[in-house]
Amino acid sequence: MAVVKLFGAWLSPYVYKVIWALKLKGIPYEYIEEDLSNKSPLLLQYNPIHKKVPVLVHDGKPIYESTVILRYIDEIWPQNPLLPANPYDRAVALFWIKFADDKNPIIAKLYRTEGEEQQAVVKEWLEMLEAMEEHALIGGKKFFGGDEINMVDIAFCMVAHWLGVFEDTAGLKVFEPHKFPQVSSWIQNFKSVPIIKDNLPDTDKIVAYLKRRKEMLLTSKSN
Amino acid sequence: MAGELVLLDFWPSPFGMRSRIALAEKGIPYEYREEDLRNKSDLLLQMNPVHKKIPVLIHNGKPVCESVIQVQYIDEVWHDKAPLIPSDPYQRAVARFWVDFVDKKIYDLGSKIWKTKGEEQANAKKEFIECLKLLEGELGDKTYFGGESLGYVDVALVPFYTWFYAYEKCGDFSIEAECPKMIAWVKRCMQKESVAKSLPDQEKVYEFVLQLKKLFGIE
Repeated sequence: MAVVKLFGAWLSPYVYKVIWALKLKGIPYEYIEEDLSNKSPLLLQYNPIHKKVPVLVHDGKPIYESTVILRYIDEIWPQNPLLPANPYDRAVALFWIKFADDKNPIIAKLYRTEGEEQQAVVKEWLEMLEAMEEHALIGGKKFFGGDEINMVDIAFCMVAHWLGVFEDTAGLKVFEPHKFPQVSSWIQNFKSVPIIKDNLPDTDKIVAYLKRRKEMLLTSKSN
Repeated sequence: MAGELVLLDFWPSPFGMRSRIALAEKGIPYEYREEDLRNKSDLLLQMNPVHKKIPVLIHNGKPVCESVIQVQYIDEVWHDKAPLIPSDPYQRAVARFWVDFVDKKIYDLGSKIWKTKGEEQANAKKEFIECLKLLEGELGDKTYFGGESLGYVDVALVPFYTWFYAYEKCGDFSIEAECPKMIAWVKRCMQKESVAKSLPDQEKVYEFVLQLKKLFGIE
């Protein structure tokens, strides 16, 4: 049987996307925790261009970029499909996945920016939430995938879990549930799915870590 | 199967060019509609309400947005002719990675080259060339990124060639001098009718860039 290895980091939402996909399909894998401040030679060998996690190694072959990994997993292990079968519906799903993927690196800056820069990030967050509320979650669906979660739900993981983390770290409230009722319902539904609920990083632990990291970044900026 | 196909586009857009090439490769007839981006049509705003951007591919009245998704969609629906995306899942993952790389790097760095000056421009040029060299490494000795025939990465990357002359003039450097393999690959792509007829002239794009610079007050 082919071996599946996942190089990850405990606080990365991109890594959790892959963990959820592997667990949803029941694929056994070996997890290797990376210290991102001291990356292993193996990781750098597998992902020389971006040098990042997650990296999936299947049969000795590396795949990286979380969405590329998810699509590979979905194609190799077709049980519990994560994308619609119909080409048009798949194109729509891929649109929302790309939308989330393009926003994620920007919105992740919420906890480590200040002033005008932070306001610009808040604006991006609100645009994302508005688009989800007005265009993506139409029809009052339980999940983007319908009755079961799919790759689109997984792609919006930052909204589901890390937004709260960033808000706590920054001491800022961005998400007002009454303004985004559909998104609010979706977050609750998503986090109730057993595989998601049982595989989320501890909020207090990440907030403590990010607060320390934010201090370090701000100190080094002022020096 | 063909149904009604409309492409909402803007002639210098490298993203629009991707879909034009994919449709031409497969010999699919469609209606090309030029958008005035300072005065976007109601149809565009209706079909792409989230981004309000071109290109939009409208198939039987239903919109497909984002050029990389359009190319994949075209490849899936018209799968019997000139396949662009590899059939092997691992090769597919590799191709998707490189298309994602082109999307993340080439457009933004190229934009910085014509929009900025001094150190910012110098850094953009350096990184741009580094990215092209990485792509040259991936190409290796192959005729195309797709092997013997045009593939997903070729279609995603070759449109940016139409902006190279503008980058070179604004940045005062030669891309061919730094990346000869890349230019050799471009020339092979340009020999294909589907590519040649889908891409505008580099000089025309440069004139367009000069107009943009005037408009934005960039020297």
